[in-house]
Amino acid sequence: MSPGLEAQATATLRQLRIDLRLAVPGHGRIALVGPSGAGKSTMLRIVAGLHRPERGVVRLGDQVWLDTGAGVFRPPEERRCGFLFQSYALFGHLDVRRNVAYGLRGVPRAERRVRTDRMLERFGVLHLAEADPGELSGGERQRVALARALAPKPAVLLLDEPLAALDPTSRASAIRELGSMLGDVKVPTIIVTHDFHEAALLADRLVVVERGRIVQQGPPSRIASAPATPFVGEFAGASVLFGRAEGIEDGTTTVRLDGGGTVRSAEPGAGRVAVSVFPWEVAVELDLGAHRDSALNRIPAEITTMTEVGSRVRVGLALPQPMAAEVTSASAQALGLQAGMAVNAVWKATATRVTPV
Amino acid sequence: MTGRASAFAVVAFAALAVALCFLTFPVVAVFADTGVGNLLDALGEEDAREALWLSLRTSLAAIAIIVLVGTPAAWFLATRDFRGRAAVLTLIELPLVMPPAIAGIGLLAAFGPNGILGGALEDAGIRLVLETAGVIVALVFVAAPFFLRQAQATFSDLDPEVVEASRTLGAGEARTFIAVAVPAARGGLTAGLALAWGRALGEFGATLMFAGSFPGITQTAPLAIFAEFNEDFTAALALSAVLIAVSAALLLTVKLAAGRDAFGGRG
Repeated sequence: MSPGLEAQATATLRQLRIDLRLAVPGHGRIALVGPSGAGKSTMLRIVAGLHRPERGVVRLGDQVWLDTGAGVFRPPEERRCGFLFQSYALFGHLDVRRNVAYGLRGVPRAERRVRTDRMLERFGVLHLAEADPGELSGGERQRVALARALAPKPAVLLLDEPLAALDPTSRASAIRELGSMLGDVKVPTIIVTHDFHEAALLADRLVVVERGRIVQQGPPSRIASAPATPFVGEFAGASVLFGRAEGIEDGTTTVRLDGGGTVRSAEPGAGRVAVSVFPWEVAVELDLGAHRDSALNRIPAEITTMTEVGSRVRVGLALPQPMAAEVTSASAQALGLQAGMAVNAVWKATATRVTPV
Repeated sequence: MTGRASAFAVVAFAALAVALCFLTFPVVAVFADTGVGNLLDALGEEDAREALWLSLRTSLAAIAIIVLVGTPAAWFLATRDFRGRAAVLTLIELPLVMPPAIAGIGLLAAFGPNGILGGALEDAGIRLVLETAGVIVALVFVAAPFFLRQAQATFSDLDPEVVEASRTLGAGEARTFIAVAVPAARGGLTAGLALAWGRALGEFGATLMFAGSFPGITQTAPLAIFAEFNEDFTAALALSAVLIAVSAALLLTVKLAAGRDAFGGRG
């Protein structure tokens, strides 16, 4: 198994004081999420050796890349970090094949060619091998940049806002593509994004960063259902549930959730899907028998957490997959909601987004 | 609204027309006054050919020195932030605003027989004054800032992520400079080279003061034109036409070799 990555750093960037500590296991994929200017990209650059923090330690297994206390600083070229830049940063004077081969210096010529073409094929851009970067679409550029970053077999993969340069229409499919491409990567991976939804689909653990500090970390669903601060609650937005679409009937898609329960959505879907619901769309009712209203989704759940978010309460639910509902403090009190209670989570099929994964 | 905008467009166009006429008229006049016969005669003159050949050799040597030293120097200036950086930039640009005659005096005071380094140079067996090597020194001095300024600006404009990408792909700073930065900046570097070369070909004052005007040794084409000017205006005119043609051909070749981006676009 690949060695894990540990990074801890203190740095000052204009007005912002960054103080972060990360640990990514050898097979782990974490997302650093938070608003723009929170210090996420700087942390990524510290790991890669592109930024020197005032104090910090970066270690891959027993290799020390940075230790300001001991005066150790390994330059970026000695760190074996695959880095996907926000602008993709392809070399404009080299064609696609030479871009991907750039990091394979020292590899014998014949083997270099074979490895380069294998990467191009794996990322579906072999037919573009002789093209100049300027001729590529945003999505193609991203795939070439990822192929280039992975060709030298890096020990760590770092992605800085990997989807920011794409237009909104190609983004949805690009998330899915990127997710499946990252599935084959078996080294510690850090993804920086300001989009919670994107982070939840790409990473198995999220680290929420606000003004240079970690405010919460854990699996995406846990963060959405039990946000540590009002900020995280606002930021996390939708709960994401995973399951399999079972077919469309009367214009609604039925999704069988992993771990139990079914959800219906007004959006079409097939195969493996992610279902997302905003907490403010979800009502909580005590299980009192017969009901008659327009909500198609009524799922038994157990309350796991109660978190105040301003004048409202974020109610963490186990379906058994974790999800969040948001109710006013007044109704939480009127219903006597508390952790451990059995309730129904209720929401409309029209409030349910379905994204293929 | 449209009427006022187009009235302004007419004024702007007229301004451009005036500028273009004023700047090209003397050039056209040189050729018009010379005539094809005189032009060929000028090329037939031994002295004129010698002066042109000297101009080409010395300016080429100067450009080689400027590019070899100036490119890494400009890279350092563009990629590092250090105390006194602004002062360094200003010092480098100083020869741009210095009258060439003063540049000549300065070179004499520094490297002349009685200059500060004169003794040391003589001990090392290096003579510059009244020698071809002195011409090259004068050309480097006046032309280098044109290249340095342009190269520094071009390197500063490069996308820093492209440079960083090279580093994360295992290339050290030296390989990044050679394999990524220089090719990516080639448009701007060539434009700077063309400017510096043009300046070197036309250099007059500093060369005259520092190296003198000896046919075959230090008398470059501009100095030969001045020498002829006192005796034979037609010959001076013909040599001027040749120098203009050679300079224009050189600049055009350099720019074409670098591709379209050297014509003012970005590389």
